[in-house]
Amino acid sequence: MNSGTNMSRFGVLGHRCLMGAVLALACVWSGSAALGQQAVPVLSAHVMDSTGTLNTQELERLEKKLADFEAQRGAQLVVLMVPTTQPEDIASYANRVANTWKIGRKTVGDGLLVIVALNDRQVRIDVSKTLEGAIPDLAASRIIEEAITPRFKQGDYAGGLEAGISRIQSLIRGESLPSPASGAKARVLDFDWQQLILVFFLIIPMVGGLARRLLGRQLGILATGAAVGGLTLFLTASVALAVLAAFAALLIALFSSFGVLGRGMDHHSGGWGTGTHSAWGGGRGGGYGSGGGGDFGGGGASGRW
Amino acid sequence: MKRWLWAFICAFSLSGCGYNDFQRFDEQIKSSWSEVLNQYQRRADLVPNIVATVKGEAAFEQDTLTQVVEARAKATSIQVSPETLNNPLAFNKFQAAQGELSSALSRLMVVSERYPNLRANEGFRDLRVQLEGTENRIAVARNRYIQAVQAYNVLARSFPSNLTALVFSYQPKPSFAVQNEAAISAPPVVNFEKSK
Repeated sequence: MNSGTNMSRFGVLGHRCLMGAVLALACVWSGSAALGQQAVPVLSAHVMDSTGTLNTQELERLEKKLADFEAQRGAQLVVLMVPTTQPEDIASYANRVANTWKIGRKTVGDGLLVIVALNDRQVRIDVSKTLEGAIPDLAASRIIEEAITPRFKQGDYAGGLEAGISRIQSLIRGESLPSPASGAKARVLDFDWQQLILVFFLIIPMVGGLARRLLGRQLGILATGAAVGGLTLFLTASVALAVLAAFAALLIALFSSFGVLGRGMDHHSGGWGTGTHSAWGGGRGGGYGSGGGGDFGGGGASGRW
Repeated sequence: MKRWLWAFICAFSLSGCGYNDFQRFDEQIKSSWSEVLNQYQRRADLVPNIVATVKGEAAFEQDTLTQVVEARAKATSIQVSPETLNNPLAFNKFQAAQGELSSALSRLMVVSERYPNLRANEGFRDLRVQLEGTENRIAVARNRYIQAVQAYNVLARSFPSNLTALVFSYQPKPSFAVQNEAAISAPPVVNFEKSK
């Protein structure tokens, strides 16, 4: 009896899978992570070595070279050393890592990943679309062949990486990218303020009014608070900020229901402002992070040694 | 006031049924499809240079060369447009032609390993790098197309957005599949005896 129902359930399942060929494809896709691919490590520094090949001094020297360059020119260069990329080939693994990290400035997208698979004896320079003009595939291939692999063959990994990075950096210097001190950040903040004002002066009173009319006063105010909290969580992904915003919206909805809109809003938009600032500072302050703008379309070159 | 409320409700229920999502994913599919075509075109443009370089090598296998030339001619002769996406037959034809060119090219590259002059030729080495980069870009572009199609098709098949798809008659879009499934799933035969 039991096995019978099981069988029929399997039958239905099988049938569905047959019919939904595309859905089956979706299953394969989402299951690809379970196929034993190498995991993408968490981006924590400019130079990441999970093989233990580079000593502390070499790591620091390379890290400084890359960090200085990022401070000067803005382009994000990251070096990743892994034991192996099997079962994937190095190009697709590098692409997966680079597109997960999205290294490169938010508005510019100038990222570059140098990846070394030690046991596979393979190295790849993966170039974001922004930098494909500065470093075409041929240039990447030459850098690998002339600067990196000759030194790798002699076991001089730090030297090979350093020479390769120097050549990459000189190529990027020749490209006219916006300097790191451009107004990108200020504009983002500005945009946030505009949105904020729009939300507080227009949308909350509107939504609040509608919710009050539909749900009654108390429930309506609560719903407004919850909606604003949810929206903030969705937009900023910060729970603390969302709670703060929900609370502020609650108060505003409350005040606007009493008809003292102006005063209540002035006070609380001030409180919100400081909240935003502290949250940004905390998020940006800790460790090294990706700019989040890099898009890697398969540019670059691979080599063996 | 009441009329406005109705308009409001209609607008929101339409977006709730995924109508806007369909439009967004559809555009995404179109743009990623353009990228796929773009990269295939890049490869097709590269082939004449490769052929010209290889021809310079006196005793190069003519068979392999002709296969590449023919496959390229076939692949570029197929007209593709955004409508190809709604026509699974044309889509498969296009995919088959490109697949043929892929295998002809990889055979050419394998064969070229046997010619020391060719391997030492700087121009040929550069072309090799460019071809490899292009193949990588094709892989990425195809991957993104598959993802875009997946998002669209899941939306078209799941409740309640499948009702929207029914009303507006949105069909699931074709995606790339492996062509030589049988060849891939067969275990490779390793035989060292022959080389004696």
